[in-house]
Amino acid sequence: MKLPLSWLKDYTSIDGISCKEYAAALTMSGSKVEGIENLGAELDRVVTAEILSVEKHPDSDHLMICQLNIGEAEPVQIVTGAPNITEETVGRICPAALHKSTLPGGVKITKGKLRGVASNGMMCSFQELGLDLGCVPYACENGILLLPEGTPVGVPVQDVLGLNEDVAEFEITSNRPDCLSVIGLARETAATFNRPFSVKEPVVKGCGDDIANYITVAIEEPTLCSRYSAKVVKNIKIEPSPAWLRERLHAAGVRPINNIVDITNYVMLEYGQPMHAFDYACLSDGKIVVRRPRAGESIETLDGQERAITDEMLAICDGSKPVAVAGVMGGANSEITDSTTTVVFESACFHGATVRLTAKALGMRTEASGRFEKGLDPSLTMPALLRACELIEQLGAGEVIDGTVDVYPAAAAPKTLPFEPQKINDLLGIHLTEAEQIAYLERLDFQVENGIVTIPGFRIDIERTCDLAEEVARMYGYDNIPTTLYAGEMVQGEFTPKQQLERTVSSVCRMAGFDEAMSHSFISPKFYDAINLPENDVRRISTTILNPLGEDFSIMRTTVLPSMLDNLAHNHAHRNAVASLFELGTIYTPTIKDGKADPEVLPHEEKILTMGTYGQMDFFQFKGILEALCRELNLKDVSFSAVRDNPSYHPGRCAEIFAGETRLGVFGTIHPLVAKKYGMQEEVLAAELAIDAMFACADPVKLYQPLPKFPASTRDIAVLCDEQIPVASLQKAIEKAAGAILESVTLFDVYQGDQIPAGKKSVAYSMSLRAADRTLTDEECDRAMKKAITALETEFAAVLRG
Amino acid sequence: MKAQLESILEQAQADLSAVSSIRELGDVRVKYLGKKGELTTIRKGLRDVSPEDRPAMGQLINDTVSQLEAALTARTESLEQAMLEEKLASETIDVTMPGKPLAVGKKHPLNVVLDEFKEIFLGLGFSIAEGPEVELDRYNFEALNIPKDHPARDTQDTFYISENVVLRTQTSPMQIRTMEKKKPPIRIIAPGRVYRSDAVDATHSPLFHQIEGLVVDKDIRMSDLKGILELFAKKLYGEDTVVRFRPHHFPFTEPSAEMDIQCYQCHGEGCRLCKGEGWIEILGCGMVHPHVLEACGIDPNEYSGYAFGIGLERMVMGRFKIDDIRLFYENDVRFLHQF
Repeated sequence: MKLPLSWLKDYTSIDGISCKEYAAALTMSGSKVEGIENLGAELDRVVTAEILSVEKHPDSDHLMICQLNIGEAEPVQIVTGAPNITEETVGRICPAALHKSTLPGGVKITKGKLRGVASNGMMCSFQELGLDLGCVPYACENGILLLPEGTPVGVPVQDVLGLNEDVAEFEITSNRPDCLSVIGLARETAATFNRPFSVKEPVVKGCGDDIANYITVAIEEPTLCSRYSAKVVKNIKIEPSPAWLRERLHAAGVRPINNIVDITNYVMLEYGQPMHAFDYACLSDGKIVVRRPRAGESIETLDGQERAITDEMLAICDGSKPVAVAGVMGGANSEITDSTTTVVFESACFHGATVRLTAKALGMRTEASGRFEKGLDPSLTMPALLRACELIEQLGAGEVIDGTVDVYPAAAAPKTLPFEPQKINDLLGIHLTEAEQIAYLERLDFQVENGIVTIPGFRIDIERTCDLAEEVARMYGYDNIPTTLYAGEMVQGEFTPKQQLERTVSSVCRMAGFDEAMSHSFISPKFYDAINLPENDVRRISTTILNPLGEDFSIMRTTVLPSMLDNLAHNHAHRNAVASLFELGTIYTPTIKDGKADPEVLPHEEKILTMGTYGQMDFFQFKGILEALCRELNLKDVSFSAVRDNPSYHPGRCAEIFAGETRLGVFGTIHPLVAKKYGMQEEVLAAELAIDAMFACADPVKLYQPLPKFPASTRDIAVLCDEQIPVASLQKAIEKAAGAILESVTLFDVYQGDQIPAGKKSVAYSMSLRAADRTLTDEECDRAMKKAITALETEFAAVLRG
Repeated sequence: MKAQLESILEQAQADLSAVSSIRELGDVRVKYLGKKGELTTIRKGLRDVSPEDRPAMGQLINDTVSQLEAALTARTESLEQAMLEEKLASETIDVTMPGKPLAVGKKHPLNVVLDEFKEIFLGLGFSIAEGPEVELDRYNFEALNIPKDHPARDTQDTFYISENVVLRTQTSPMQIRTMEKKKPPIRIIAPGRVYRSDAVDATHSPLFHQIEGLVVDKDIRMSDLKGILELFAKKLYGEDTVVRFRPHHFPFTEPSAEMDIQCYQCHGEGCRLCKGEGWIEILGCGMVHPHVLEACGIDPNEYSGYAFGIGLERMVMGRFKIDDIRLFYENDVRFLHQF
């Protein structure tokens, strides 16, 4: 909302308050000022000049040499090519941008020569001054702006065009439609500075006659239109509005059109009540009916669009057809034109939600709909209507017919609330007296009597005592509320065990050299193609956004892997030689219904630790990091098993990780074809581990094991076996066979090549044997070793190597 | 004999000063004290000395041996010292050469600040709540006093999954989920992702993070809200941070406020960073609306509370002077390594 500050003086005073103070004070009392700008601030050294003489340029057939009186001893010579400057314009006054002047948009004007003749500036058109034709309706559209007779000479042009105006831009919150008006902001201004505030009652003289001879109004939908007030004006003279009206509208950011349209806009700005004017001649049967559109009805709106309207909307109709979409826009069929002689002014109160949905459905939010949708005060319709008629008379724009049609089926009683000063103090943490609170409320037009607060009709937002507390607080000043620290019951703040686990996971990843990444949760369905998911893979069934920003952001991911690969690809494409990333990213697994994601059921959300790396480590270095993570989380009985059929991974370099029977996730080398789709030729490693699974298996209890008192013995075993046998199986067999004295078994060599038959491999383990209560004898150790060898021989047909 | 011993000792000392290694030192020891060493030989000749002279001579020999032993030890030490010095000198390296790189990964900048945030609030007795990002309309809007026809819905461009399911536009639904599950006293923060249909550019992202705060207990006052947020601002932005609270509107709090901090660049004078306002908006907050408490089965006559919501990205961008929000989601390691 733009507020020309000079407009405030009609209702209150801001004398002695600087723009900066004004902005700060209003912001702190709840009407946020985004900035205050002077309309003419961009104009510098542009003055009114009297044309003393106009001569043809000796070397041009369209340039004219003008001598201009700018109120100084010497005239200024300026050359112009504007077609409307001739000898006949001598004596007229125009704007002249002098040497070293500035025009809107930062345009600088300096002196120069035009075909050899000195020109000490530029005579200006209204466009060059940043104006609209509506602001200067007397202007020639294609030429220099010739100002009205009697304009003072040699003064800054801002002063004569109403541009010397400070305009405040307010951010008005949706609960305060009353502040989308000059009067509303004047009331806030007066309350903020504790100054008097008054709105003059409009006075309409009238011209006799009787509105009953002209129109009838019927509201068929009283829930959608609580009040409809109308007056009729005859003998309309359509012409430009006077300068003061045009200038105010321009300053408020509204384009002046003609007196009738300008009056409706002016009243809307002043009171916050949208108005509409119909050409009476176009209303059949002199009827206005407020009803839902009938099947098949449509209307051409003022913007020239034919629009289908439905029975969920509200229309203003005459005896036969819709003539306006209620609260949104008028119809072209009843528009004010130059031949209009009689006008019906509408000032009505429509149901906010209906207007909002209608404007949304028709795709046209207007100044009017923006106000109605927030909810307006029905008691506004009459003063606004009378004000419009007062302006008609003041401007001599027509004759106001006596009488008003005012249909108000269920007049609302003023809302009241109990006055609870102690509750207000308690909620705010302050100690104001009753009288102080009452004074603050009264500044805002609340009335407090006998313990009852009467709420002004325009304050649709006030419903409970907490709302009154806010009114008191903002008048008292939020800054004056003390700062306290609640001294109530002390509560322990702590991370949940799962949050602790996530922190540990994050820190292990970082210690291992992985940087933390964050990627979008919504992805393109094409991401699933990129990681090679089969067409029928259940992970392709994703929660889908109805109104996405585009296909790239259209579904909620069921896997973080493609986002991770995308991040690696970004780094790779930017020639980062190494990138190692991890993300604790959420996936969204939908409930599936009829083969699709059920949009009515919230998907299961869980975090997946997703890691990805290229350029610095191989499979086993990566696996080592995952093993370290498992140790750090105290996961028991961790095992790995080869996976050949995960479509995103290399069939020979992919494993699933288990803790006991629980599958934690998968890791391995990304399938080269997948990597290639991301533009990467080298080995890319990735892991996907479910946080919930790790959390379920992580044992938070760590117990001390006494340090050994007796020495360990070591025995090495080397066997020859089939190359297909996973070393993990051999190790498991040794562990089982060697018995309780086996402390640990470590693989230290796997060999294929010279002296090893094809299809075989040599595998060597080192066993550490120890008892807690004694030094083991050689015999005990040999027995354990023997058992281990026997197990390998019988289970795997392994042969002991010499 | 005495003269002979003196001459041997003299000779031995001369030999010792001539040696240059531990091995040569061993030769000297053998030469004098070995089985056939000169002193050993003299000791053997003692049996030819008359019994009355024998003790004195024995003493003399012993003294000479002791003196030689001491000289040997001293020489050994000095030789070892010299060898050590030589070894150390030969091991000298250029300590200004670079270390072998150890890659330690970095926290994402959003989490750098979020973790500080969490620690501040944990210290103040808050716990951390988490909840779904794909959320029921009921939690995201209706229970927060934003019914279907509320104009506030237009200002939050919502992504819809169905008529009743949305991507949450704010972390505020966590207020409802928390109050439904737990009775007062409640003190939580709820950080998380939120979604709004904003096209991507340098300052807008359809996905960003908010941190919700909620306190509900007996006798909670607006002054408590001011107190905790001022404390938080000073912890996060420094002790000399100046904050202000100005009235605002949120459907689910009343009274409502926005908290600004005085621009740390211009200290309130107005500059480009604060768009000339002198203040930078940090968060929205207010006293929990009694409708919201009632919707969660909490009696507003018995309990009151406050809530606040902070946008994380903007806070982090201000902190590290990051000028493009898209950098957070590109995960370029050259960006990540800076924090």
